[in-house]
Amino acid sequence: MYAFTFHRPQTVRQAAGLLAKNEDAKLLAGGQTLLPTMKLRLAGPPQIIDMSLIEGLTGIEQSGRSLTIGAMTRHNDVHTSPVVQQAIPVLAQLAGMIGDPAVRHMGTIGGSIANNDPNADYPAACLGLGATIITNKRRIKADDFFTGMFSTALEPAEIITKVSFPIPKKAAYQKFRNQASRFALVGVFVSKRGSDIRVAVTGAGANGVFRVPSFEEALKKRFSPKSLEGMTIPADGMNSDIHGSAEYRAHLVGVLARRAVADAIGKPIA
Amino acid sequence: MAGDTAAVSMTVNGKPITANIDPRTLLVQLLREHLRLTGTHVGCDTSQCGACVVHVNGKAIKSCTVLALQLEGADVLTIEGLAAADGPLHPMQEAFRENHGLQCGYCTPGMIMTAVDMVRRKGHDLDDRTIREELEGNICRCTGYHNIVKAIAAGARAMRGSASAARAAE
Amino acid sequence: MSATGIGAAVRRKEDHRFITGSGHYTDDINRPGQVYAYFLRSPHAHATIKSIDIKPAANMPGVLAVLTGADLAGDKIGNLICGWMIHSKDGSPMKMAPHPALASGKVCHVGDPFAVVIAETLAQARDAAEKIAVDYEVLPAVADPVAAQKPEAPQIHEIARNNTIYQWHLGDAKSVEAAFRSAKHVTKLDIVNNRLVPNPIEPRAAIGDYDSGTGSFTLWNTTQNPHVARLVIAAFVGMAPEHKLRVIAPDVGGGFGSKIFIYPEEVVALWASKRVGRPVKWVADRSEAFLADAHGRDHVTHAEMAFDGDGKILGLRAKTVANLGAYMSTFSSSVPTYLYATLLSGQYEIPHIYCEVDAVYTNTAPVDAYRGAGRPEATFVVERLVEVGAREMGQDPAELRRNNFVKKFPHQTPVIMTYDVGDYNASLKKAMELADCKGFGKRKRESARSGKLRGIGFSSYIEACGIAPSQAVGSLGAGVGLWESAEVRVNPTGSVEILTGSHTHGQGHETTFAQLVSERLGIPIDNVSIVHGDTDKVQFGMGTYGSRSGAVGMSAIVKALDKIEAKAKKVAAFVLEAAEGDIEFKDGKFSVAGTDKSAAWGDITLNAYIAHKFSGQELEPGLKEGAFYDPTNFTFPAGCHICEVEVDVETGKTEIVAWTAVDDFGIVINPMIVEGQVHGGIAQGVGQALCEGAVYDKDAQLITGSFMDYAMPRADHLPSITVDTTVTKCPSNPLGIKGCGEAGAIAAPAAVINAITDAIGSEEIAMPATAQAVWAALQKLNRMPQAA
Repeated sequence: MYAFTFHRPQTVRQAAGLLAKNEDAKLLAGGQTLLPTMKLRLAGPPQIIDMSLIEGLTGIEQSGRSLTIGAMTRHNDVHTSPVVQQAIPVLAQLAGMIGDPAVRHMGTIGGSIANNDPNADYPAACLGLGATIITNKRRIKADDFFTGMFSTALEPAEIITKVSFPIPKKAAYQKFRNQASRFALVGVFVSKRGSDIRVAVTGAGANGVFRVPSFEEALKKRFSPKSLEGMTIPADGMNSDIHGSAEYRAHLVGVLARRAVADAIGKPIA
Repeated sequence: MAGDTAAVSMTVNGKPITANIDPRTLLVQLLREHLRLTGTHVGCDTSQCGACVVHVNGKAIKSCTVLALQLEGADVLTIEGLAAADGPLHPMQEAFRENHGLQCGYCTPGMIMTAVDMVRRKGHDLDDRTIREELEGNICRCTGYHNIVKAIAAGARAMRGSASAARAAE
Repeated sequence: MSATGIGAAVRRKEDHRFITGSGHYTDDINRPGQVYAYFLRSPHAHATIKSIDIKPAANMPGVLAVLTGADLAGDKIGNLICGWMIHSKDGSPMKMAPHPALASGKVCHVGDPFAVVIAETLAQARDAAEKIAVDYEVLPAVADPVAAQKPEAPQIHEIARNNTIYQWHLGDAKSVEAAFRSAKHVTKLDIVNNRLVPNPIEPRAAIGDYDSGTGSFTLWNTTQNPHVARLVIAAFVGMAPEHKLRVIAPDVGGGFGSKIFIYPEEVVALWASKRVGRPVKWVADRSEAFLADAHGRDHVTHAEMAFDGDGKILGLRAKTVANLGAYMSTFSSSVPTYLYATLLSGQYEIPHIYCEVDAVYTNTAPVDAYRGAGRPEATFVVERLVEVGAREMGQDPAELRRNNFVKKFPHQTPVIMTYDVGDYNASLKKAMELADCKGFGKRKRESARSGKLRGIGFSSYIEACGIAPSQAVGSLGAGVGLWESAEVRVNPTGSVEILTGSHTHGQGHETTFAQLVSERLGIPIDNVSIVHGDTDKVQFGMGTYGSRSGAVGMSAIVKALDKIEAKAKKVAAFVLEAAEGDIEFKDGKFSVAGTDKSAAWGDITLNAYIAHKFSGQELEPGLKEGAFYDPTNFTFPAGCHICEVEVDVETGKTEIVAWTAVDDFGIVINPMIVEGQVHGGIAQGVGQALCEGAVYDKDAQLITGSFMDYAMPRADHLPSITVDTTVTKCPSNPLGIKGCGEAGAIAAPAAVINAITDAIGSEEIAMPATAQAVWAALQKLNRMPQAA
């Protein structure tokens, strides 16, 4: 690790102030991605701003038809939250698929979303549920938030404080793991909320998480795995590496989308 | 400034400690190098092998992936503190020995700390599949996991007995 | 059988320290004044180093020294060596290129170390290393062994034309030719035995500590064979005379072969300690281990098996290109030759075998022994050929195996080995019963109903272990003898210390060796301690690998115990005032035949030391004996593993749903430990078959350089494993032991691939059979016109 100065602000305003003053500073939430990157000296931020003392950034609340989760809420707390399990069970399940139990005790939803790893799970949930990312400055729709691999709409000194998820009628997530890293080689999130049908894919796209309009159109007619039968997405624009060719990833998107829809309607395939 | 040291205080295995450390000191470095608690191991640099798992405020975490400074005031439990120094072994430690759940012993402290955390979260009746899934973050190269899975199931059951015994003693 | 004797599932004596976190691994040891080494490693697979500017690094805070290959050469530190001479078929010796501990002038693989920074802290060393300015001229590189032999390939070492180290062969080409001419059916396979990274969970580490007062060195090292390390570092590297170098292998966190070898880092830690006058510690991080540990396997093979009309095997021929990486590691040359081709007869009577092996340099990490070492590669060739042959001829694979099994012993194969004893059908039969092969058809139909393809695969493996008779291996090129030593020290109070040249790094010697002593001397197991891993305590030893510590290491203890008993009987004769010939020793008690006179073990041991009952002329006081044991043959563990898989047709993902292992390890000392060894071996074999594989790109950069990209088997990759044994006693050692450490890794890959190919109906699956690979194979099948 390269040397850095460690800051522990008490408020979001102080954290934003530090960020504004130090262009290359990094926020430290759960640290489960940032710290390994720093250990391998792939990143060397001169300033680290630890978020853990800031009050009011954790917690899970349901109000009406939406569920709001504080940015510093740990994956395990989302996974085990009765509120989440009741309101959006798939979100609790998804949180329980991130990393491993020890990582889930540290990793946070805000950290995961801000990092926008192309193989991470939460971006698929945000896009797949049509979440709103709430920052110290504004509210950003998930559709506008994820702008490419490891990049987001966050501006300098902008800090995620909460994520708000509309509660869907049906939703499911299917994750096919990279067997080395255990990240999603491909993950497909589907949801139905009235006429709003969403299919969001993580892991597969060369530009990070994306929606599949053709699948969404087909599912609008009938929300059933049958609607997706024979449908695929083009391999162009898919990631390709030793773990999965673009063709294989594209193929898995179709398979997992069908399986996710089947799960969502309560008739899982095998 | 970079290069300076910072003070951190926490409780480790029930004892309060304070250390002046380089800010980049990871918890595992604080434990191994400053406190000479070398039972917690490092087996990888990508947070995957789990040899470094300890408990912080009652939850399993990877001590190679947290800065010591993040843990001001925290309560840390390592393999050395799992059982009282002169007392009986923790039931999970016993179960690993009884079921030959270790060979070279290097991943073992992390496995045991993970297993105890698993029981806390998932209860005392753990089936094979649950245990295998829960071991996602712990790699063992020696045992093929077979006897680790057996050990954890047995340790989980034994912890029920010891938990009720401990309550009765209170 | 006593509760702690041979055959008992005694819980391990060593476990207490490991489960309480009080083990002492190399990185747990800290020397006063210790400083840290950080190696600068080549980022290029092949490059000339035009210049190195160390000045900016040398001036960094905390830095004590920045040392380069030129400094090493200046101090006349010798090269690392490969200790097994292989001659090519034309009689020429293998082409061993110089391997300095720090490269000088040229780097030959990514991770090749060429400079080291010694600093007060590791962070300072690492910070300083980044300031070293290196001017490289990048050269073309090659990672693929077949491509490396082409004339247009970059030449890595001057000594080796076309990067070829040797072109070796074994067997009779002409008789094999004739056998193939007479064949009714020939099965042909192209096989890539994938490159693996051993990855013991404890990374390698070394602490070098030079004592200027005595001029002696101490090395704490993660090694499986401290004496061999000392010998090589003294005699070849020339660091210090042997008596001025102490090597300590404390608790070692797994080895699997990768900690046999003498590596650059330990040499540099010693040398740097003398240069800076402080103890120097180096600990690999995992990324470094991927680049710098010796890898395993990496064979490209074409193999053919000839059958007659009844499915009798007539002959086998194979041509293998073995990738040895950028330098020849300590035992690398022996792996694709005498540890490989000599096992190509498998469990079968194969009258004619011929094998050619080319060993090749590439711009990759060195390749050497990894659990099984050559024998998994041989088993994969034989068991795939037999399985595919049976399928092609429409025969039952089990039946074909049975018809070809060696049934009469001893059996001389055409490839050196003389199988001493075995019952291959017994293990096949038992495994088939335990695996419920009869019910497979029904299970397959059930799987099909949920869209899964089910397959079953056999692997009837054999290995040559108990490595090995010194004279025999000497005649084959080994630079050392492969006997083992033991010393038994009996204390006056009767407790016993066993000093052994074997080294335990997970195998449980502190328990199994003590079981032997407990049974033999009739003393409690807790009164026995096993001392190993320190060249100042144990006089000499060859270390632990090749499933040798039971068959060879324990046999040496038996020999020393024989001497102890003989001496103790002499003492007892004086104590009991009887003739030596009348003394009987049983269950820890000495008695005089035909009388009720007796003395306990502790009485006699005490008398051996107080020496009041005999004079110095009559008997030497004390009770301490040593022995060297040289085996008379290899041992031949063998067995049958059956793997059952389900393949998800849509994703290609394979799940192993059942595993049955029936092994013949001869006499078993501790069944609990033996089962554990089998489990672990299977996991590594399953890893090779399903998920592990070191991948280099076209520029010979390692793509799989961490656990993020190199898939280690996890708990959910593996099923519960059914383990059983059959027993034929090994005749070549006093305990009847064959060895069990490598069996699983040897048997498993072929069982998995035979099962997957059975499930999907295509033989075109390379290892690792990842979901993507299986899916691609299924796609290819679907595109082919359906057979009528």
